[in-house]
Order: sequence, then C-alpha cells, then structure tokens
Amino acid sequence: MKPEANSSPWNRRDFPEAAREALAAEPLPTAPFEHSQTRRNVRHATDIIQAKRNAVVAELPEWQALRSAGAAIRAHTLEHLDHYLLEFEANCVRRGGHVHWAADAADARRLVLEILAPHAPREVIKIKTMTSEEIGLNACLEEHGIHPVETDLAELIIQLGHDRPSHFVVPALHKSRGQIRDLFASAMHRPELTDSPEELAAAARSYLRQKFLTTPVAISGANFLLADTGGVCIVESEGNGRMCLTLPDVLVTVVGIEKVLPCFQDLEVFLQTLPRSATGERMNPYNSIWSGTPAGDGPREFHVILLDNGRSPILADAESRQTLRCIRCAACLNACPVYHQTGGHAYESVYAGPIGAILTPQLHAMHDAQSLPYASSLCGACYEVCPVEINIPEVLIHLRSQVVQQQQSTLTGSLGLWNIAMKSAAFLMQDGGRLGAAVRLAQTAQAPLVSRNGFIEWMPGPLSGWTKTRDLPALPAESFRAWWRRTRSAQPATPAASEPHHE
Amino acid sequence: MRISLFIACYNDALFPQTGKAAVRVLERLGHQVEFRPAQTCCGQMHWNTGYLREALPILRHFVRVFADAETVVVPSSSCVAMIRDHYLKAAAMDNDPALAREVKALLPRVFEFTEFLVRKLGIDDLGARFTHKVAYHPSCHSARSLHLDEIPLRLLRHVRGLDLVPLANAQECCGFGGTFALKNADVSSAMLADKVRCVLNSGAEVITAVDNSCLMHIYGSLHRQRTFVRAVHLAEILACSEDESGGESVLAPDQHYALAEHSARVATETAQ
Repeated sequence: MKPEANSSPWNRRDFPEAAREALAAEPLPTAPFEHSQTRRNVRHATDIIQAKRNAVVAELPEWQALRSAGAAIRAHTLEHLDHYLLEFEANCVRRGGHVHWAADAADARRLVLEILAPHAPREVIKIKTMTSEEIGLNACLEEHGIHPVETDLAELIIQLGHDRPSHFVVPALHKSRGQIRDLFASAMHRPELTDSPEELAAAARSYLRQKFLTTPVAISGANFLLADTGGVCIVESEGNGRMCLTLPDVLVTVVGIEKVLPCFQDLEVFLQTLPRSATGERMNPYNSIWSGTPAGDGPREFHVILLDNGRSPILADAESRQTLRCIRCAACLNACPVYHQTGGHAYESVYAGPIGAILTPQLHAMHDAQSLPYASSLCGACYEVCPVEINIPEVLIHLRSQVVQQQQSTLTGSLGLWNIAMKSAAFLMQDGGRLGAAVRLAQTAQAPLVSRNGFIEWMPGPLSGWTKTRDLPALPAESFRAWWRRTRSAQPATPAASEPHHE
Repeated sequence: MRISLFIACYNDALFPQTGKAAVRVLERLGHQVEFRPAQTCCGQMHWNTGYLREALPILRHFVRVFADAETVVVPSSSCVAMIRDHYLKAAAMDNDPALAREVKALLPRVFEFTEFLVRKLGIDDLGARFTHKVAYHPSCHSARSLHLDEIPLRLLRHVRGLDLVPLANAQECCGFGGTFALKNADVSSAMLADKVRCVLNSGAEVITAVDNSCLMHIYGSLHRQRTFVRAVHLAEILACSEDESGGESVLAPDQHYALAEHSARVATETAQ
C-alpha cells in the first residue's frame, strides 16, 4: 500500500542539518542556552538509564539466551503473522472485543473517530502510545473537537509544553526538573511549585485524578497482543495506564500488526527482557493484561485497531524484516553515541535513535527520511543491547544500499560527487598497481594542502567536514608497498604474489 | 609459519610505519612474512556507505589475491570485521556459490594482528619496551565484532616500562565511522570531543588502538588542539624493543620527536 506523504506531524529535514541545530552549533538567538541544556539533560538521563540497565542485565546469567529466545519468538511470529493475527482477532471477538483493520494512518484515524462518534466525548484520556504519534491522532482529535489528555507524566509534560517526544520510553528525557517546574507552574496555574520531584509528581497527580474519574473514553497502544487468549498487554511504571484501562466505559487500543505474540507463555521472556532493557527495572510496577469485556469488570466497549501503515512491505523484505521484531524498549537509544549527542528531535521522526533510523525510512517506503540510515557510525552498540537481537548496523547498510541505488537511478545522483568518488575509488581498488600509482600521484598532488607541520588543516568541498575540527596527516613520501619493494625486492615473488588475471 | 600481511589500503598510504612494525614483530618471532603487491582494500568503505555493488569486485579481488595464503594477518580490526561479517553475505547477494566456497575456505585463515599473536600463537609477551603512559581505545569493531576483549590489554601489560592508564567511557565510539565523519561531520566531531576529553583526562601520553582509522580520527583532534598526546598503533608499541638498538625507527618522525621531547620534559619536571 502507498505510504501517506503528510501523515507525520514532523517537518522532516535531513539529519545532518537537524543535528547541527541540536548540537547548538548555531545557538537560537531567542534561547541561546536551550540546546546546551537539552544536550546535558539527554546525556545525564541516558547515562543513568544505561547504568541501571547494565546492572540488572548483569544479574541474569542467562541474558544472552533470553535475547536469543526473544529473537526466535518474534522471528517465528513474523513468519506466520497472518495466522497469529487472525487467531488474535477470533479470540478477542469471542471475549467481547471488536477488531478493526487499518491499512494506513488515515484509515486508523477514521476508525477512531467512527468508534468515538456515538459517545460524542469532549475529552479522551490517553496512555502513552507511539502508535498514536505515528498516525498523528492527537491533532486529528483536536480538529474534531475532542481534547486528548495525556496521562503519562512525561507525555503530559510534552503536551503541556507543546513539545515533541524525544525518546519513546522516556519522552521528556530532554527536559530538566527546573524546566518541568516552570512548565507546570504556568500551565497548571501553580506559581508556588518548587522543582522537588515529589511536588511535581503530586501536581501532575491532582491534575490528572479529576480526568480519570470523569472521562468516559480512553485510548491506548499496546506492548503485546496475545493470539491464544485474545489478550492485550501493557506494561508501565506510573499506574496511569491501569486507571485508563479500568475506569472508562470505552477503551480503544491502536496497535501495530507486528506486536502480536503466539501465546501467553511467551511473556515469560519479554516481561524479563523488556523492563530490564527499557528502564533498568527487574519488572515493571504495573503489568496489565486484559481480554475482551468480562461482565462487571472494566470498560463495557473495547476496540482494537490493527495498524499496518507501511509494515507489510517491511515484512516482505527478507534483509530488513528483523526491524519488526522491535519491542520498543529504546535500549538502543540509550546506548547510541549519536543519540547521546543529538537527542531524539534531530531524527525528525516519531521513532528516534538507531531503531528510528531503520524503521522510519522503511515505514515511508524509502521515499522519505533517506538521511536517517546514515545517522550512525555503525559502532554496533545498539545491536549489542537489543533484547531481540536486531542487527541494526546490518539493516542500516541494507537501507543505505537502497538509497544509493535510488540516487544512481537519477542523472543528478549518478553525476553527484559522492557517486563519482566512490566509483573511482572502486576502480582503483581492483588492482594493486593502479592503487599504488594513485597513492604516488596523491603524494605529489597533496603538496598545496600540506601545512609546514606536516598535516593537512584545510580541505575543500565535502572533505571540509573533516578539517573543520580535525587535522589529517599528510601522506608520507613512501608508502608501505614502496618501502617493501625498495627494501625487500631481493626476495623472489611467489606466483600468487603477482597480479592475478582479470576475467 | 608463512604469513601474508594484508596491510589495509589506508595503512599502506598513510601509516606505513604500522606495517613495518607488524613485519618486525612477526619476523622477530621467527615467521616468514610476505607482502603480495596485488592487494588493495577489503571493500569496507564501499560496503558500509551502501555501495554494495561497487564493493563486490574489491572483495572478489581480496579473495583471489589471498586464496592460497597460509595465513593472512591484518593490523586493522575493522577490515577483519568486514571480511568476517560481510563477505559471505556479499557472495549470497551476488548468487555466487563459488565465491561463497572460497570465502568459507579463506575465513579461518584471516586474523587481526593482536588476535593472531595471542589466540593463534599463544604469545602475550613480545619482549617489548615502551616507557610511556598509555591509554587503550577499544575500537568498535575490535570489541563488538571480533570480541578481542582482553587481548590487546594483555599484550600491553607485558610491555616493559609501559604505564597503562584507564580510559573513561572507553567502549564508546570515537565518532569516525568511515564516511560518517564526512556525511555527519558535526555529530562525528561532537562524539570525538567526548572521546578526546576522556583521553586527556586519562593523563596518557600515548593513545593506542588496533585500528589506525580511529587513531587518525582521535589524533586529528589532539593535533588540532596542539595537545602533547600522540597516537600510536599497538603494533608499533610491540615493535619497540631494547635488544634492537639499530635499524629504522618504527615511529613516524613526528611521533618519535614528540615522545622524546615529552619524556625529557617529564624528567626535568620530576627532577625539580
């Protein structure tokens, strides 16, 4: 199906440009310290979560086996996704739920509005859900006169500040306590608030409690769908989710089709790996699993919207299918040295960090966000921590090759500097003699660029990216192969050492 | 053992002293070292930048050049990671079972330099002497792909006179990432700033690693900032020995000069 061009509320600039702003390379005239503060907050928060995660992971001697089990369960489910989704649907309906299928974001938004219409709510309460961000649900609800109230503390901070989430487990991780205090003081009309965590949490609690008790409709995402019971699982830390899942009359759950698990027992793996990876907790404080509408308990009307929105084509690609194993723990964000520097906003995408760099371009069928697969040094820290063993560097390279092939299919792309440079280098690197000659030529040609200290301190064009902050050693007068020839030429060359034939 | 040295393209052109050091160490151990001049590159730059089709003839060339080598030793972990992690995939991508067979036959004979010394030869004391404060940067590929773990540190701990100092956040990428350093120069520079701060805080005079690519990046900033810290490939440290007074110095003149100058300064300061 066709990806929707304007479904995203994000104005998508290229990563290097957005990152440049995030790095405060050019401070905003209106808020000269904002980005500096943000970077400090991101670094501080990711360091803390990462340290907690490492400590609780180290407690489990079977951690690597749990990772492999998680990967195997998710891979198996994706291979048989049609089967498990239909099984989930049958079991969910049997227990009184309604199941809807949404091909894309517009479909999902329309379904939500149709479900809400008979209840004509003025407000809905929401549990933190990235799927809702993905389909731009909040803006759509506002347009139709329905005010969504975010009940997750961090999401509330984002909503009150008209901000964007920068992390999908800790969406307001880029905010400091002081910034949150200022926001609450003005938005909740509480000038007396201090920045003590207890006071801020209490302020949010009293603001939200009224909403929980009076709002009849809730919207959620889901961490897992259970095919064998038709159950839906949400794990959370604050209890706001439990309130939303139990108090309202109507509950609408919007969830990506990849979130299904074959059976209840599979949770034994993921309820160990997810909390440890996501928040560095052994177990989440609240683990809610519900199925259908049992009499006398919870919402009277329960809907699940199964969202495709670009997932099926990812499933079709054997190389990058593993992307869909993701359980949204965000451990890869906390481990990523690029994310540490830029924070989440620079990705200009609902899903930030390493997983965002592979998921977002694919959800948009590679028509968009083409700079994201390059937003990584391929250091592999993401793969190392991933609880479902997604080889993110491998997928990044696969997506880069798709970007390159797209560029090469256009005239401007094939005549571009990068393409010509890479093609020329590939030509030189197929023959030792050719490469040796090129190095000798460069030894002479570099002369105008070499400073008296023997280093290159300025280079033109795209190479200036290096010399803006780094010196480059000049090529020494004698390469290794030249030294070898000069000092070891007495040795007879073995037949294999001579130039092989080119067919 | 007859060892074929794959020097790596950028070492060949930019860091010949590393190759010379590797040759010296291996020959000192009594092995016969050969250099096949037909060699070029492992194809990593093209592969990692997404030019997979362009990488194919390069890696085919590598496999052809070294097909009959007894052992291939590479003083660059990222090249070995490229060969181990991606060559079979490349063969599959190109639907070439013959290439896959050749790669499978070659893979067990390709070693990173320090891995070869410790895992293959079982040696961790090379009789080296290097009287400097040294910090070790575990490059991403050496740590996360080759899992060298303690190998380079074991080698360093056996070097006479070497003062190994810990490096904070050592496992974090220096921000090089090949073409990443150009395509995302600002982010790369920010990552480098963190790495360089840790290097300077460590008090080391020398930062070492098993990849000159990372060292070139880290030293690029250390040199730009006119710090006294120098970058030296681990092979060059292992090649420094007291029983070989003559012969060509393995350190580049710049590094050698700076180290001598720094030692003299430290000596004067200590004397005062």
